[in-house]
Amino acid sequence: MSEAPQFTLVPGETGDTLVLTGTMVVATLGRLDQRLRAIATPIAAIDLAGVAAIDTVGAWICCRLSREKDAKIVNAGHVAQRLIDALQGVDDGHNEDPPSRRLPVWLRVPSQVGDTVVGLAGGAVGVLAFVGQMVIATGVLLRHPGRFRYRALVHQMELVGVNALGIIGLMSFLVGIVIAQQGAVELRQFGAEVYTVNLVGRLTLRELGILMTAIMVAGRSGSAFAAEIGTMKLTEEVDAMRTIGVAPMEALVLPRVLATVIMMPLLGIYSAIVGIIGGAFLAQLSLGIPFITFIARIRTVVPVYDVWVGLIKGPVFGLIVALAGCYQGMQVESNSEEVGKRTTAAVVMAIFTVIVLDAFFAVFFSEVDWG
Amino acid sequence: MNDQAALDLQTPAAPADADGAFPIRVRGLYNAFGDYVVHEDVNLDVRQGEILGVVGGSGTGKSVLMRSIIGLQVPQAGSIEVLGQSITAARDDDDIAIRSRWGVLFQGGALFSTLTVAENIEVPLREFHPDIDARLLGEIAHFKVLLTGLSGDAAVKYPAELSGGMRKRAGLARALALDPELLFLDEPTAGLDPIGAAAFDRLIHDLQQTLGLTVFLITHDLDTLHAICDRVAVLADKRVIAVGTIPELLALDHPWIQDYFKGPRGRAAASVRHLD
Repeated sequence: MSEAPQFTLVPGETGDTLVLTGTMVVATLGRLDQRLRAIATPIAAIDLAGVAAIDTVGAWICCRLSREKDAKIVNAGHVAQRLIDALQGVDDGHNEDPPSRRLPVWLRVPSQVGDTVVGLAGGAVGVLAFVGQMVIATGVLLRHPGRFRYRALVHQMELVGVNALGIIGLMSFLVGIVIAQQGAVELRQFGAEVYTVNLVGRLTLRELGILMTAIMVAGRSGSAFAAEIGTMKLTEEVDAMRTIGVAPMEALVLPRVLATVIMMPLLGIYSAIVGIIGGAFLAQLSLGIPFITFIARIRTVVPVYDVWVGLIKGPVFGLIVALAGCYQGMQVESNSEEVGKRTTAAVVMAIFTVIVLDAFFAVFFSEVDWG
Repeated sequence: MNDQAALDLQTPAAPADADGAFPIRVRGLYNAFGDYVVHEDVNLDVRQGEILGVVGGSGTGKSVLMRSIIGLQVPQAGSIEVLGQSITAARDDDDIAIRSRWGVLFQGGALFSTLTVAENIEVPLREFHPDIDARLLGEIAHFKVLLTGLSGDAAVKYPAELSGGMRKRAGLARALALDPELLFLDEPTAGLDPIGAAAFDRLIHDLQQTLGLTVFLITHDLDTLHAICDRVAVLADKRVIAVGTIPELLALDHPWIQDYFKGPRGRAAASVRHLD
């Protein structure tokens, strides 16, 4: 439909005249601009008589050429002249540098490493400050217990705990089956299949129940905390709260943290029980140990301190998961991309810290003879 | 009470397109959300090269009308033609081939928050014209920023670093990125101070004159209507009850129109002259 723009250079007594023809609009100018830039000889005038149609991009190219080459624009049509006048009116003489923003690779790698280290150090200080604020807010609430938001707490307990029962139950049941199955295969070689009970009971109550629950809650609720609070920061809801006199720590962070701290051990024990049921189910099917016998054996072979180990780890893991989520959410400052990044960071931070602490707990409890 | 078809007052404004069609043509538009009917029988023609202001009380469906015209909202019935192409017959976004010929400024600017202003302007250019090299893209973004009255250093800033008025100008620069023929503006002056709003009105007027745009402008701002709109369409009672210049609308005795233009704010705005 439109004629591609072309140019010719016509020599004249004072210098060349650049004669442009065709349709000079944004859709057709991609190639022409590069060729026009390549002109090295001086140009005295730019002739637009043969231009059929022009838009701001076409006019801009004329303006730029006329500025760079000190050329005069002649024979511009009514529309072209109007556009060129408008552009010359606002042109600030800024020259677009050819894009070379990226550092060379040997500088980019160390600079990223440096940024990451500095970021980690800053993050550690930030987390510490956040924990400090939370402790202060807790102290204030202990002195004024009437200000505590029980409804928010109950609501969060439902979101974190009750709504997670289904998925955690299914996961634990399957994990129980896998442990019993794999344990039985190995123990059968020694004729010790009956120890599958010990394996399932101790492993789920002590380690896996609470660890798997913490990972699941980090993925479900920790990420939700970060995204919710982060979005509220972006939409200035957090600022609005502050101006109304509601402390975000009290209204947003403490109910979430407390709900997770309360629900995590409960979910952990629930997960262990479902895991044991899963193990017992498999034992009945493939080992020939009756379901009831399996459950009864659990009582004799699992020491009670295994339950305590799980119950002690629960609140600590809950605290970490909720803190990571709320902290990362409160760090959101500028844009929607950051909400995504912070949410990922919350989950990674929570799961990593939980696993590191779990290792410390394992060493600690065996030192105090709860192994 | 006003059951006759919307009366289109014949004013000697710019003629229709060369081929006799209007750039925007809405017929029998019906929009409803659940049981709530927003538009019952909306008919509207926008003429080539005019600034059409759309007014109406809150909740009369001004934004819904605009969203229907640009294909973001699928109406239950009716037909919409933009630049000769039927929007209502398009089955998905890719069917709407004229998207490079219109620009839209949303109420809050709707800039992409992870991109700088210049990158925001480059998005439609990259999308429709991948053969333009980075250097020319940068230049285009830069002069579009200048054209909308921002300073050159605003181009490298992120939307979060801009004030509300600057964000609107940056949004306008992005809407103008492809040199569209049609410009949709949703409350361009809302949230601006009176000086900023007047400057923005002048900017729209100047750009419309320079670039030869047809502008569909939703507004609550009486000053904008008086200063730059060639005609005004009034949305009420689920339809467009009248289209015409402000003096023509004032001659009608519809109570809402009388309240709107003759209220204390309307009288103050009327004393300001039309921009020329």
